[in-house]
Amino acid sequence: MQSGIQLLRAYVETPKLNPWVNRLVLLLNTRSVRFFGIASALALMALAACAPAPRVSETNDPFETQNRKMHEINKKIDKAVLKPLSGAYGTVAGGPMSQGVGNFSSNLSLPGMILNDILQLNLPDAFSNLARFSLNSTFGIAGIFDVATPNNLPEASTNFGETLHVWGVAEGSFIELPFYGASTGRDAVGLVVDFIIDPVNYVLPTPERYIGTASHLASKVGDRGRYSDLVESVLYESEDSYAQSRLLYLQSRRRALYGELSDDDLEDPYAE
Amino acid sequence: MPNNKALTRRSALTLAAAAGFVTLLPLKATALTNKQAADLIDNVVADINKIINSGKSESSMYRDFEALFAKYGDVPIIARSSLGVAWRSASASQQQRYVAAFRGYMAQKYGKRFREFIGGKIVVTGARKVSSGYLVGSVAHLKGSAPFSVEWQVSDKSGQVKMFNLYIEGISLLATERTEITAMLDKRRGDLNKLIADLEKMG
Repeated sequence: MQSGIQLLRAYVETPKLNPWVNRLVLLLNTRSVRFFGIASALALMALAACAPAPRVSETNDPFETQNRKMHEINKKIDKAVLKPLSGAYGTVAGGPMSQGVGNFSSNLSLPGMILNDILQLNLPDAFSNLARFSLNSTFGIAGIFDVATPNNLPEASTNFGETLHVWGVAEGSFIELPFYGASTGRDAVGLVVDFIIDPVNYVLPTPERYIGTASHLASKVGDRGRYSDLVESVLYESEDSYAQSRLLYLQSRRRALYGELSDDDLEDPYAE
Repeated sequence: MPNNKALTRRSALTLAAAAGFVTLLPLKATALTNKQAADLIDNVVADINKIINSGKSESSMYRDFEALFAKYGDVPIIARSSLGVAWRSASASQQQRYVAAFRGYMAQKYGKRFREFIGGKIVVTGARKVSSGYLVGSVAHLKGSAPFSVEWQVSDKSGQVKMFNLYIEGISLLATERTEITAMLDKRRGDLNKLIADLEKMG
């Protein structure tokens, strides 16, 4: 270790390299770079200092009437398009292929997740998602196979909705989005921002980038097939599918964001 | 985001499956350590696998699940909570019939889902004191799905230590059933006798 540092010092101090080191120091001292450095350090400190949004456990649904209408439209889309499509897709693509498309699609969503991890200053998740992306993109043949999960690198799922939560933005009201279904004001904004900031869109040239979008859509159709029992039971067998899907979305989303259940989330039927 | 969505679906799928577990946990006061609770859940899973692999007819499997549900869970409090405010205005005999009908409905509804547990396992990760009793954390590893969190609410306020709720990735079984049952009651214009009769038919 000691000799390594000495070697490095000797290397840096060789006359040949000195001009470069000097130039670098000079560059770092120019006013604009200094300003940029200070500004980004302040921005990071501000992010680190802001507290996540306060916990909520109630249902905030002021647009219920409109949301219910959208829910009925989404159910019709499911019945007319998604359900038959997923059946056909299941027949054509079968289990393993549909799994491969799902893996490919979720691998392509990792760069966006890593970006969000960084925006949340969640470096452990950023590193584990980066390791997962590297492993699956290479050994997993462009992400078709998930070799990372068995090696203790499961996906640390995140999105810009969570970033907004970490930054202190409140959940907002419940909203039923067209096609997508249950969401909240905050998560709906997150969806749009995630689409815009997705690094894959900026790295891949135009025709290739659509492969990502296409695989996301195919993956959704595959999910509809794989979870058909559940989707059927929530959408078509429960007495009030709107209230049921709202409850599922809000409770699982809050549990994921808050990390644990608190006394406010827990039922106490004995106290009633 | 597709992953979140998938997780929600998967959790809910398993909520349905695990709900049958709700009350399969014979927890005594001394059982609230990781080791003992884990052993108990292992026993429960073994019991369930025995039923699933018994080769019995579906209707007799449901009866076995109903017996497990009644033995380890505080069924009266779960039933009461699922009815919401309507419980208070019900007569004593209605309450009694409702609890019995609800028990059969639960066994029928969730018994179907138990096949998904074949080859799976649940690992208890810890227990902590909460204002409503104890919350026992666990992770479910089922075939073909990523591990997910199952948290069990346990109390001795009934006089015995019993399970009264569970949360799959945060989704509460009591809240899910309250949403379902109150919607059923609304659809029957608040006619509790009609609801009880229909639940009896379903169970």
